[in-house]
Amino acid sequence: MTMSNSATLATPIGGLYHRRRIANKVALSLALGAAGFGLFWLVAILWTLLYNGLSAINLSLFTENTPPPGGEGGLLNAIFGSLIMTAVATFVGTPIGVMAGTYLAEFGRGTKLAEVVRFINDVLLSAPSIMVGLFVYEVMVVRMGHFSAWAGAMALAVLVIPVVVRTTEDMLKLVPNSLREAAAALGAPQWKVITMVAYRAARNGMITGVLLAIARISGETAPLLFTALNNQFWSADMNAPMANLPVVIFQYAMSPYEDWRQLAWGGALLITVAILLLNIGARLLAGLGTTRK
Amino acid sequence: MTEIALTLTDAHASTARRARRQRLQDAAFRNATLAFALLVLLILGGVMVSLIDGALPALRTFGLGFVGTEVWNPVSEQFGALAPIYGTLVTSVIAMAVGIPVSFGIALFITEMCPAWLKRPLGVAIELLAGIPSIIYGIWGLFVFAPFMQSTVQPFLIATLGQIPGLDNLFMGPPYGIGILTAGLILGIMVLPFITSITRDVFETVPPMVRESAYGLGATTWEVVWNVVLPYTRTGVVGGVMLGLGRALGETMAVTFVIGNAHRISSSILAPGTTISASIANEFTEAVGDVYTSSLVALGLILFMITFTVLSIAKLMLLRLQRKAGV
Repeated sequence: MTMSNSATLATPIGGLYHRRRIANKVALSLALGAAGFGLFWLVAILWTLLYNGLSAINLSLFTENTPPPGGEGGLLNAIFGSLIMTAVATFVGTPIGVMAGTYLAEFGRGTKLAEVVRFINDVLLSAPSIMVGLFVYEVMVVRMGHFSAWAGAMALAVLVIPVVVRTTEDMLKLVPNSLREAAAALGAPQWKVITMVAYRAARNGMITGVLLAIARISGETAPLLFTALNNQFWSADMNAPMANLPVVIFQYAMSPYEDWRQLAWGGALLITVAILLLNIGARLLAGLGTTRK
Repeated sequence: MTEIALTLTDAHASTARRARRQRLQDAAFRNATLAFALLVLLILGGVMVSLIDGALPALRTFGLGFVGTEVWNPVSEQFGALAPIYGTLVTSVIAMAVGIPVSFGIALFITEMCPAWLKRPLGVAIELLAGIPSIIYGIWGLFVFAPFMQSTVQPFLIATLGQIPGLDNLFMGPPYGIGILTAGLILGIMVLPFITSITRDVFETVPPMVRESAYGLGATTWEVVWNVVLPYTRTGVVGGVMLGLGRALGETMAVTFVIGNAHRISSSILAPGTTISASIANEFTEAVGDVYTSSLVALGLILFMITFTVLSIAKLMLLRLQRKAGV
C-alpha cells in the first residue's frame, strides 16, 4: 500500500524531472555539436591556407615582381603597393578619426549631434566595403580620368575612419574625470587637458584602435578593385594604378594557371599572418592598458 | 607704490591676454573636432549622393522597372536588377539558416558549458577569426569547398531531396559545385565569428545574480539559457544577428569566387547565380558604356538601401539592450 502510494507520487515528479534532464542533455549536446561543427570549418580553412600557403612561400616571393601568365615570379610589387596604400590610408584616416572621436567623447557628450554621428559611424563601420569603392570611383577616378593608388588609399582611409572614431571615443570615455578636473584646476586650458592628459591616459587603447584599423584594411579587396586597380609591373607612382596583394590574389586565384594560383595562396597566407599578428598585437596592447590602471 | 600698481595691472593685463588666447585656442580645438565629426556624416552623405548620381542614367533609362526586371544583356544594353537582388537575398537567407543556430550553440558553449580555463582562449580565437579577410574564405571556397560540394554534397542532395516532389525544384540540375547554395554556406561560415562574438558579449551582460537565482531554483543549464538569458538579451541577440545579416548581404569577395556570376533566377539553389556585390566586383572594370556602368552603380544603390536599413535596425536593437543594461 505504502509502496504503491509512493510509486504513484514519484512517477509524475520523477517523470518531469527526467524530461527536464533529457531536454537539457539534448540541448547541450546540440550546442556542443554546433560548436564543434562551426570550429571545424574555421580550423579547416586555416589549415588549408597554411598547407597551400607554406608551399608557395620562398625567397622569390619577396624579391620578384608578379609574373606574366605561366611565368615564374613573386609578389614584390604587390606587397609594396599594399604597404604604401595602407600606410597612406592610415596617415590620412587616423587624425580624422581621432578628432571626430574626441568630439564625441569630450565635447558632444549627451548632445543630439553626437548621437547622430555615433549612429552613422556605426553604420559606416559595418557598411559593405564595395560601396566605399564605388563612392571613391565616382568622386576620384571619374574626375581624374584614370585609376590610381591615391584613389585606392583614399578608399581605404574611408574604412579606417569609423574604426578609429569608435575606439578613440570608447577609450577617452574610460579616462576618469578626476584626471581632467585635476589638470583643469592647475589652470590648463581644455585643449591641453585633452591632448596632454586624456590622450596620454588613453594612448594604448587609441593605438589599439589604429592597429585594428590597419588589420581591417590590409585584407580589403572590394574597395581596391576599381580604385587602385592592379599593375603587373613595379610602380611607385601614386598617380597610376598600383599592384596590391588582395586584388592580385583575386585575379590569380581566378586564373587557370597553376603558377598564379600558387602565388595567390602565398599572398593569402601573408595577409592572414599579418592580420593575425596585428590583431594579437592590438590585444596585448589593450591588455597592458587595463593592467596599468 | 605706483610702480607696484603698475606691475600689478601689467600682470592683470597679461593674464587677461593669456586667458583670451586660451579661450581662442579652446574654441579652435573644439571647432576642429566638431568639423571632423561632421566629416563622418559628410562621408555617408557623400556615399549616398555619389551612388544616386551615378545611378541616375540607368534609372532614367529603365525607370523603376529596373528593380523588377531579370534581363541583364550588355550587348543590347538591357539591364535589370532582379536576379542580383534575388541572389543576394537567397544567399543571405542560407547563410543565416546555418549561421544563427551554430553561432548560438558556440556562444552557449562558451558562456555556460566550457571549463573556465578554456573560456578566454576560445573567445579570443573567435574574435581573431572574425578578423580574417573575406578573400581568404573566397579562395578556400573556390579551391576546396566548391569541389567538395560538387563531388559529394550536391550529388547526395540531388539523389535524396531532389527526388521528393515539392522539393525537387530546389535541388535540380547538374552539380556544378559553384552556385547559390555553395555561396550561401560559405557566407554562413564567414558570419559565424561575427554573430558568435556579439552573442557571447550580450550573454555576459546578464547579471550573475539573475542567472544564479535561476540555478538556485533548480533550473537546468538549458532552462537558464532559454528562460532567463535569452529573454533578458533578446534585443541584443537580434541586433547581433542583424549585424551578421548586414555583413552577409554586402559581402563581396567570399561570394564572387563561387557564385558563378549568372544573371538569371533558377528555382534550384544548386544553380549558378549572382549577387549585387558579386556583379559589381566582376563586371565594373569591364563595363563599357554609360548605361552599363550606371546600372552597376544602381545595383550598389539598392545594396546601400538594403544594408542601411538592416544595419540601422541592428544598431537600434543593440542600443536598447545597452540602455537596459545601464539601468
